[in-house]
Amino acid sequence: MTATNDIRQTFFQECDELLEALNDGLSEIDDGIEDSSFDLETVNAVFRSVHSIKGGGAAFGLDALVRFSHQFETTLDEMRSGRLVPTIDVMKLCHRAADHLSDLVGAAQEEAEVDETAGADLIARMAALGAPPGTAPGEDSAATEPELSFEPLGLPIDLAFDPAPIGSRTIKVEFSATRQLYANGNDPTYLFRELSDLGNIIARSDDTDLPSLEDLVWDESYLGWTLTLETEKSLEEVREVFDFVEGLCHLDISEVDDFSNQVAQTQAIGVPDAPLRETPASPTEDKVPSQSYGSSTIVADQPKKAGGSSSKKSSVRVDLDLVDRLINIVGELVINQSVLAQCVDDAGLTERTELATSLNEFKNLARDIQEAVMSIQAQSVKPLFQRMARIVREASDIAGKTVRLETIGEATEVDKTVIERLVDPLTHMIRNSVDHGLEGADTRRAAGKPETGCITLSAAHRSGRVIIEISDDGAGINRPKVLDIAKSKGLVPRDAVLTDAEIDKLLFLPGFSTAREVTDLSGRGVGMDVVRSAIQKLGGRVNVMSSPGKGTTMSISLPLTLAVLDGMVVDVCGQTMVVPITAIIETLRPTKEDIHALGGQNLVVSVREKFVPIIDLGTVFGHRNEPGDVTDMVLLLIESDQQQNWALAVDRIYDQRQVVIKGLEGNYGRVPGVAAATILGDGKIALIIDPEETAEGARPVVPSSMMLDEV
Amino acid sequence: MTATAEIFQSDTRELVTFRVDEQDFCVDIMAVREIRGWTPATILPHAPPYVLGVINLRGTVVPIVDLASRLGLPPSVPDPRHVIVITVVGPQTVGFLVSAVSDIMSVSRQSIQPTPDITSESTRAFIEGVIATEQRMLRVIDIKAVLPPAFKEDEG
Repeated sequence: MTATNDIRQTFFQECDELLEALNDGLSEIDDGIEDSSFDLETVNAVFRSVHSIKGGGAAFGLDALVRFSHQFETTLDEMRSGRLVPTIDVMKLCHRAADHLSDLVGAAQEEAEVDETAGADLIARMAALGAPPGTAPGEDSAATEPELSFEPLGLPIDLAFDPAPIGSRTIKVEFSATRQLYANGNDPTYLFRELSDLGNIIARSDDTDLPSLEDLVWDESYLGWTLTLETEKSLEEVREVFDFVEGLCHLDISEVDDFSNQVAQTQAIGVPDAPLRETPASPTEDKVPSQSYGSSTIVADQPKKAGGSSSKKSSVRVDLDLVDRLINIVGELVINQSVLAQCVDDAGLTERTELATSLNEFKNLARDIQEAVMSIQAQSVKPLFQRMARIVREASDIAGKTVRLETIGEATEVDKTVIERLVDPLTHMIRNSVDHGLEGADTRRAAGKPETGCITLSAAHRSGRVIIEISDDGAGINRPKVLDIAKSKGLVPRDAVLTDAEIDKLLFLPGFSTAREVTDLSGRGVGMDVVRSAIQKLGGRVNVMSSPGKGTTMSISLPLTLAVLDGMVVDVCGQTMVVPITAIIETLRPTKEDIHALGGQNLVVSVREKFVPIIDLGTVFGHRNEPGDVTDMVLLLIESDQQQNWALAVDRIYDQRQVVIKGLEGNYGRVPGVAAATILGDGKIALIIDPEETAEGARPVVPSSMMLDEV
Repeated sequence: MTATAEIFQSDTRELVTFRVDEQDFCVDIMAVREIRGWTPATILPHAPPYVLGVINLRGTVVPIVDLASRLGLPPSVPDPRHVIVITVVGPQTVGFLVSAVSDIMSVSRQSIQPTPDITSESTRAFIEGVIATEQRMLRVIDIKAVLPPAFKEDEG
């Protein structure tokens, strides 16, 4: 069972790669539609992807998947053979089909049910494309329905179909595998099964070369087969079945007249460096319906040979748990290294000693290892972007707009966990861009823009962070409208005067929605504020830039990984704590004049004419009852979810460094205001503060007019 | 007779005994992962008074519970002579601060008596039973009951 599951797992992993290749190929064809500049090889690649998915699907008995990919494959084959010209509409359908195929794969993986109607509709539409004039789509798909009668393979026999349609031909295939074929993970059973899709098949094995048991070499290939196929397909199509094993087998495909054994065409595919052997059993021996060898069941019983798949990609698949463990251990190593460094330091050894030098080298090595291990978990954003391409397609259909998505920097690598958690916010932002960002076709034409709107999705590394940008060439943010809505919803006072940037930021306020009516796509009231908090949970920030008439750009800045964090190491009442750098806007040492009392114990500090409430971390975390003297402390200016600023008062700043994140939830539970823990150079644990939660939890009662500068 | 002996054998529990504030306690040895000396813990904000904080146990963040304080005895003032019993309960690792670890002993299940009625409800919730041995009374701790409440939503 486990072995089957493993293979299944591998199949789905391969499916992901194939679907990626499929989408890539389709986009490439898209780009070449206008000047018909696309490469035929691209169409071939797309075809092969679908074909492989179908093949794998058949092996696992995923009927719905096979049925759908079969039609998809047929359509692509039409395109490949030049009978079907890829127009924009055809490509749209292909994209839809690719999306549906990935749904089917996903459903098969989770063993969930899929809505058959969508698939049936697509099948019918594709069949209609592919059908020659005069042929109804129904007939076409019926003709391509697999006809199976090869009992030993354990496939169902559909007796409803005429086994030998008029106009069919008989093709004889002589096939014998080399050991290399098995070593590459191929299996004749699958080939035969695929052949049986083409028509009626009778298979007989030839075991004349099989030595006696004592001479038998366990991993040598001895068996040959003679397959007689009744089909309407051409020789070419039969040959295609063996495309993947070319050079790994002896193959002889010929057409025979029904009852004479005349060879119409013979082709042998050479086997360059495999042990050669005579093509078994001359054609004259086989009367077509006869069962002279009587051992045909051996096909199904054929022992599976070495199953290592020959992946052409120079990569290995590694269990994620293993990577996690490795990252943990490296984390330990880094901590251990800093413990050692501290010991050496405490022992008073100078920089000049050999120990110190070696230790420095050790430190560099540890850092290198850490970086290398982190990069294992890094993944390119490509699959994420492809998912977004699909969102754009779906969203533009619903919104009735034509939209083109351009992606830049697909190869940018980000921590896998970050990518996973980026899907939802990004989906939301893309939908927003399609729905609100881009204008309708009429408006666009009136503004002198091309009717097709353009959304650009880009990713890039910038100073140790990842920047993901979503830009549209729409109308830009309608600032007067945004301000009006904010005022009418009471989010800002009626008489507030805001700068453009401040108005743009209003979009991120909870409960803000500019759409006049709630549409299917966006505007459910949970808008950009959710996006913003999701991004901030990842230690990121969202910014929006907009110029009227030209478009809007949303940019997300993210840390590269969730395993480490850049933190400010601070002292709070003798306890060492870490504040994430990303949250800190600036640090300041207030003078007495900057501090103003507000009410009982609340203090505010004036920062460039704005009053920012001070939160004493020592009091918040219960290390002292009375706030300390703020003038002796350092203030960390942070920005909260609602663009409110807070100043966290700490006793002193020790250092700024990268720390390894350790969860608290596992052995203890959530602590309010604390995001996680980390282990410092002295082996002690320091808590990593969640500044926003701390600020929210400690929110002092301050008249709202004090906050207005920021909202 | 042999059969009875076997039943007796399989009915034995191995316990780690230790002292907390001059009282003898014990826990099932299967729950104990290791015993280590006291190292200062990092204080956890908003934690109950008996949670002393968290320590670094080879890269894992482990909370430390002052068992005396948890059992309603006068809180310990931790010093280097104190000992931390690291226990594994389900998926969690938790350390308990005790005065000293004394012994490992095997007792038969039958020799564990129910907790006498006079004790308060809270004490009885933490004690599975008592064992009389060599003029002493060993209190068998229900390790699940003394975990910090962060794991047990039902407890305030």
